[in-house]
Amino acid sequence: MRSDVRDYTLTAPGSLNAVLSALAANPRLTPVAGGTELMVALGVGRLGPHELISLHRLKELRFIEEHSGILTLGAGTTFTDIRRNATIAREFPLLVQTAAWTGSIANQNRGTLGGNIANASPAADSPPALLVYDATIELVSANGRRTLPYGEFHLGYKKTVLLPGELIYAVRLPCRFAKHRQYVRKVGTRNAQAISKIALAATALMDGATVREIRLAGASLVDRPARLHATEAVVLGKAITPELRTLAAAALASEIKPIDDIRSTAKYRMAVACNLLDEFLLSL
Amino acid sequence: MSIITFTLNGSQVSVDAPPMTRLLDLLREHLHLTGTKEGCGEGECGSCSVLVDGELVNSCLVPSLQIQGATVTTIEGLGEQTHLHPIQQCFLEKGGAQCGICTPGMILATHHLLEKHPAPTLDEIREGLSGNLCRCTGYMRIFEAVQQTAKLAEAGK
Repeated sequence: MRSDVRDYTLTAPGSLNAVLSALAANPRLTPVAGGTELMVALGVGRLGPHELISLHRLKELRFIEEHSGILTLGAGTTFTDIRRNATIAREFPLLVQTAAWTGSIANQNRGTLGGNIANASPAADSPPALLVYDATIELVSANGRRTLPYGEFHLGYKKTVLLPGELIYAVRLPCRFAKHRQYVRKVGTRNAQAISKIALAATALMDGATVREIRLAGASLVDRPARLHATEAVVLGKAITPELRTLAAAALASEIKPIDDIRSTAKYRMAVACNLLDEFLLSL
Repeated sequence: MSIITFTLNGSQVSVDAPPMTRLLDLLREHLHLTGTKEGCGEGECGSCSVLVDGELVNSCLVPSLQIQGATVTTIEGLGEQTHLHPIQQCFLEKGGAQCGICTPGMILATHHLLEKHPAPTLDEIREGLSGNLCRCTGYMRIFEAVQQTAKLAEAGK
């Protein structure tokens, strides 16, 4: 049943500082940016939090800038903003590709990178790309700011390090992946708009036949967006041989924990994840 | 309750409504503009598409307070029964509408697409309309209507 909107409050203080003060004063406030997740819950009567605060159109959060080889994306950057940015297209093509996969154009016009990260779905499209580009994430609250590797942000299923009153401020990406082989593939029910059954993103720096650096991350492979460190360790410093591909597949199969749900089965996800990894390794 | 003031189809309006009211409900129930349709109510089907500050959005996913001061265009703002917008005329001529539930959203998505890509390729049309589901036409006649609109606009220059 649909929620009764009269039971919900929403305020829009209009500046980041005012939002942070309001969050500090009332820890029950839930931030809403583009609404592409929370409004769905409202529509079907499942929006738990009843006091909301709007981050929409906060200029302090919607920016993309590059300084000294670091690209910074404000948390309010929309997926459309990502798709329209020339620097991202040049340096981080996997992020552009995953932004294009994130819902429809109408959703990309509203949905934000910060919202996608904070929502913390293990099936989300953009987090695997951020992980294989070695992103860091900056958080902000009335008490100050802190920065950590994005790989440490997700603690479990829909669990993150965000404290009450804390928001995602920005994501930073080092512009040093241009020479890396880059790969992302999503397997879903249809190309447009479907949430992925699974996805794999990867970057690797080759030194002749040897893998000098490798980063792997997937969607719907474990309970959170996460790097696949055990599989990376098997491949790092090696040349791609049939034996290595078998070892890598075995490492991946023991590292991931896919589940049965409405979109797919654990068995299918396991098989396809190994296939995608092999496709990437064969391309190196 | 919040007083929400915005520009709707060229005129300023003020509505007193709960701030989390879906823009879709604000349009249909508070302002009685029923051209915007509800399909899935979860941002998958595009029936409720409108333009906010020129950007295509699903009005079922927009809390009304967030359109404070914005410019909103619905299907009612695009053309009138006696004077159709060229996109509407092309949908009519090419048979791009059958039951009509998806049509207002399709037409606004087409408007948004042609603003960005005045001469879209078939792939650009497919992507531009991929968030708008139609269960009647099989899409081909819709794509033809979009191509015809682009052709007419080019010829009219």
